Formats: sequence, C-alpha cells, structure tokens
Amino acid sequence: MRVLVGVKRVIDYAAKIRVKPDGSGVDKANVKMSMNPFCEIAVEEAVSLKEKGLAKEVVAVSMGPQASQDTIRTALAMGADRGIHVVTDKELQPLAVANMFKSLVEKEDPKIVLLGKQAIDDDCNQTGQILAAKLNWSQGTFASSVVVGDDQEKVVVTREVDDGLETVSLKLPAVITTDLRLNEPRYATLPNIMKAKKKKIDKVTPEDLGVDVTPQIEVLHVKEPEARSGGVVVESVDELVDKLKNEAGVL
Amino acid sequence: MLWRKEGWRLGAAVGRALLPNQGQGWKKTSAALCSVVRGAASYAASYSTSSSSACHETFGLTEMQVEFREVARSFALNELAPHSAKWDETKHFPVDTLKQAAELGFGGIYCQEEYGGTGLGREDAAVIFEALAYGDISFTAYLTIHNMNCFVLDTFGTQQQKEKYLQRMTCMELLSSYCLTEPNSGSDAASLETSAVKQEDGSYVLNGAKAFISGAGTSDVYIVMARTDPGADKAKGITCFVVEKDQEGVSFGKPEKKLGWNSQPTCVVSFDDVVVPAENRVGEEGEGFKIAMMGLDGGRINIATCSVGGAAFALDSAREYTSSRKQFGKPLDKFQNTQFKLADCATSLAASRLMVRRAARALDAKIASATAECAMAKRFATDSCFDIANTCLQLHGGYGYLMDYPAERIVRDLRVHSILEGTNEIMRVIIAREMDRQKV
Repeated sequence: MRVLVGVKRVIDYAAKIRVKPDGSGVDKANVKMSMNPFCEIAVEEAVSLKEKGLAKEVVAVSMGPQASQDTIRTALAMGADRGIHVVTDKELQPLAVANMFKSLVEKEDPKIVLLGKQAIDDDCNQTGQILAAKLNWSQGTFASSVVVGDDQEKVVVTREVDDGLETVSLKLPAVITTDLRLNEPRYATLPNIMKAKKKKIDKVTPEDLGVDVTPQIEVLHVKEPEARSGGVVVESVDELVDKLKNEAGVL
Repeated sequence: MLWRKEGWRLGAAVGRALLPNQGQGWKKTSAALCSVVRGAASYAASYSTSSSSACHETFGLTEMQVEFREVARSFALNELAPHSAKWDETKHFPVDTLKQAAELGFGGIYCQEEYGGTGLGREDAAVIFEALAYGDISFTAYLTIHNMNCFVLDTFGTQQQKEKYLQRMTCMELLSSYCLTEPNSGSDAASLETSAVKQEDGSYVLNGAKAFISGAGTSDVYIVMARTDPGADKAKGITCFVVEKDQEGVSFGKPEKKLGWNSQPTCVVSFDDVVVPAENRVGEEGEGFKIAMMGLDGGRINIATCSVGGAAFALDSAREYTSSRKQFGKPLDKFQNTQFKLADCATSLAASRLMVRRAARALDAKIASATAECAMAKRFATDSCFDIANTCLQLHGGYGYLMDYPAERIVRDLRVHSILEGTNEIMRVIIAREMDRQKV
C-alpha cells in the first residue's frame, strides 16, 4: 500500500507575524519557514504505518515555490521514501490544491492520503474534505487515532469532534486529516538528514497535472488582531457585576 | 517543533476553541501558556526563532549544516531548555536525555560511520554544539567531551577497542570521561604523575589520581593519560589507556561543589594498582601526550561553541527583558545605553561565532595553523561570551541576580570555559609559540 502525504511550507509557528502595511497579506520575506505542524504529524503517521509493515511506500508532496523542496527534504529525513514537488509561484487555495492532489492520486494510486487537518497560515481546513469529495473516497478528518486493518480493506479513525471522540470505520481508499494528538513527530536524525539528500524528488507543474490554480477567493484585507488594551481594577463585586452586565454584556 | 511539548498541546487545545481565523492567535496563546507552565526561569519558548544578533546565523553554512542546526535547535528548545534551570538547581545529570541525543547522531558526530559515528566534520559539529548549548551549556559541554573521547578511540584505537568501546560510546550506551588533569598537574599537563608500570605479561598497573573529571563516577569508560616512562622527556613518557569504571582499584572522590556546570558531575578519579590489559593501551607507548593534545584542539573548539550558544541565549534573554521592563516611563531598550550594550554584545557574539567556525574549518582542512587558530578561537570566544553573559545579567538589574531568570546561570556556566581545556593563559602560550614557529 502506498501512502501520499501532504507537507505544506508555512511561516514557522513561533515566528513573529508581520502584516504588510498595505493590508494585502503577511510579510513572508526573511521570515523563518518550516513544515506545517499538522503536516509533520501526518508524516509521522505515514512513516509509522510503513514501520508497522502496513505501508510499502510513503510519498511526500508539497506544492509551491522552489523553497518548498526544503519541506519535502524534512519529510524525507523523517522517513518518507520519495517526494513530489509541484512547482509554482502562484498563490494556491484549497480547491486548487485538492484538484492537484486528485491528479496525483490518479497517477500514484495510493490507498491513503494523509493531510494535516489545516495549515497554520491560512487555517482553511478544507483541502482534505474537498479532495475526498472530488475522489469520492471516504474521509476521516481530525484524526487522533488511525488503525489500518490487517486486510488493508478498512481503517478505523478516531475523530476529535467538539463534544468528544467519534470513532468511524472507513473503507479504503480514504483521505485522513490529522489532529494534534495523533502522535508526536520524531526528530530527523543526522544520518537520515544525509540519506534524505539522495532520495528522489520529482518535479511537476500545475499545467502537467492539468489544473488551473487561479484563486477562486479574493482576499480583501488582512489586518493584525487588535492589541490587548489594559484592564481596570474594580472596587467592589457590585461594580464587577455591573460591568459584566452593561459593558461586556456577558451576564 | 516546539508544539511537541505539553505546553503546546495545552495551547493548541485552547486554540481549538477559538475561531479559525485566529490561527496566529492560538500560537501566541500557547507560547504564553508555555511560559506560565514552565515559569520565568525558562525563556526558550519565546526565542525559538529569534536571532540573537542582527547577523544571519546560518549565512555561509551548507544546506546540510542548516538542517543539522535545525534538528539540534529543536532538540535544544524541546528537550534541554525547559529543564536546564531545574537540572542546575538539583545537580541532575540527565543521562537519559544524553542517550536521546545520541539516537539523533550527536554522540560521535565526527567519528566514522562504521562504529556508529555520524561521519561529519568539525565545522558541522561546531554548528550543532552551538545550537544545543543554546538550550543547556553544561549538558552540551559534557556531550562535547564525550565526542572528544570518541574521536580519540576512532583515530588512535585498535579495531578491538573500536568494537568493544567506540561502538557502544557513539550511541552513548557507554558514557565516557577524559582524564588528563591531576591535582598537581594542570596547565603544566606534561608533568602528570599518574604512573603506568608495564608488567611481564604486557599489562600495565596504574597508580595516581585525576582531578576535575567531568562525568566521573557516572561515566563507564575513562580515557586516561599516564606516565609509562619516567626516564623520558616529560611529554614523551606519557601513554593513553582505556580504563573501565568497575575495574578493581578505580575509585571516585566526593562530588565537587561548583560555581556552574551543575548538570554534570565532577570529581577526582583515583587509580590504586589498577591492572589495565595491554589491549587497552591506545596508540603506542609515549604517544599519550600527542593524543591528548590532538583531542584538545577539537575540544577547544567545542567548548568555544558552547560559549557562543550560551551567549546567544543570554543575549536573547536580555533583549526580551529590556523590551518589557519599563523604567522612567519607557522600556529599557529605548535607552541608548541599553541599545549600545546590546549592539556591542551582538557584535562580539558574531565575531566569536566567526572565529570558532573558522577554526573548526581549519581543523577539518588539517592546515598547519589549526592549533593556533583553535587556541585563538577558544581564548577569544570564551572570554567574549562570558562578557556578553555578564553584560546581559547587568541589563536585568536586580532580577539578573536571581535564579528566577536564566542570566545568572549562563554567567556561572560560561565562567569555567576560560579555565578548562587549557586556560586562556595557556592559549596565549600556544598562540605565541605557534607565532614563534613562523618567525618573520
């Protein structure tokens, strides 16, 4: 069984985000970029499926500019077998990404596509769902546990839903998106970083995949969250209740 | 990869309850939670990607070195920094974490792959150690000493020694200590008195004591320099041996009470009629001093890199503190005095880093001036980085003196770097001697 795993290059979770003065987006120049944390969880899960003998090959896919190759290398250093880089400098939105994944799925014939539940830059949380619909595959989103049956016909996915955990049994092939508690990604070891250099990364373009990536959603404005304003010290419980009722409107 | 930590998980769990478009917000929330969880003593969370100076820390590195650094930095921020204050306070030697580091390939960075080493060079190691020391100086310093011991066996050991010891040292199943210094032989290392008397069956009997031994008492393997030929010229009569912890006659003194480097034990190792089989002699008789000095060339770079990593952390802490602390109505970093101090620290840090990496490259290239360059880098970087840490402590005012902030620990940990692996005065002796050799 082959597993396709998506790895998105995003601004590092700990980097300071600067919004461009014209409000057209965030500044990505000279900012540390790394693999989307949920994608790291997806890679870990895929590699552990391989280690358990359930997957034969793990293919890491990233879409974006030349530098996205670094993100694929990280996945290869963690244990993925080879990479596919869809090279484009254009802005990519979930619909386009899902369409390109669909095209890759038709070529690569995986049984499972593992994706992060969302990327920490745009927080769309859409690609996995769109892809499953387009492929007409089962989907297990927000996975906190993935158990592939020995017969490789089914996968049992525990989903983190708002009011608890939901366990579903899916027929393979399936799209699975990872939640935070699924696993703890490993560190790449120094020898594996070196070995990753020798692993193959195929390059394709959106045109090769026959996908028009023109954005369907226009971003009108991006602004920073309001800065937190200072608090006030209340003199009495009555004053507190009054403020909660009349100023905050929460009572 | 900081989100591995519980703090992150907690933060992300909170994040899940927030609106999706507050993505960046939950990252900050979690970082804030981390610092609450870990207390003020651990700053790492907020520094994970900040660079300590205006200089680009990875400029000039190979792609591969950037990746090595990335892993080392993640490891430092996740596995070291959150614990370093506690390890210092409780004098805990984190053996499990050392073994975890070895799993990633940090145990024998510049040893051959055949015996479990990673097969990299000194410059690679310098980049890695600097990133690790950012999280914990004392932990990383011990790791570098262990790497130096692996180098000694990798370079001078017999195949049997490599199979028996090195193979198990690179994965840190066996921890090691380096035994050169003695109570009466410090800077004048060639005057060491520990004796190794050859027996008729070829074995040696060791008698004497080694002082200031890092890891002693816990380490399994000891690389010991002892005098085999009392008649020979001082340095020429010294031979290198591998001694095991459990051998009869090996004993340890009480743990030394130290200013810093508290996350590793230090004590005297005594040898009383310890019988060392001939196959545990490393190199030829009389080669010991040469081996010791070759190990130390690299050891000096390693210690210097630990200084650079520690100073980078101190500078980041000071920047964080001076941007949030207000006096006279404005943040401290809006005062020109603070800005100038930070600017000087950043410059000094950049210079130290350059010298250390260059010396490491010289050692990789095995050029004739490597010994001098290592000595210069060690002298300059350890002194400069101590000054940086001390300045950063001063910028914290009274809080810098409290253990609630990391500044004082960095000062305590870095202080010894001007003393060990050859004092900085001995570095000047070496530099002057090497200059003499190339008289104009």
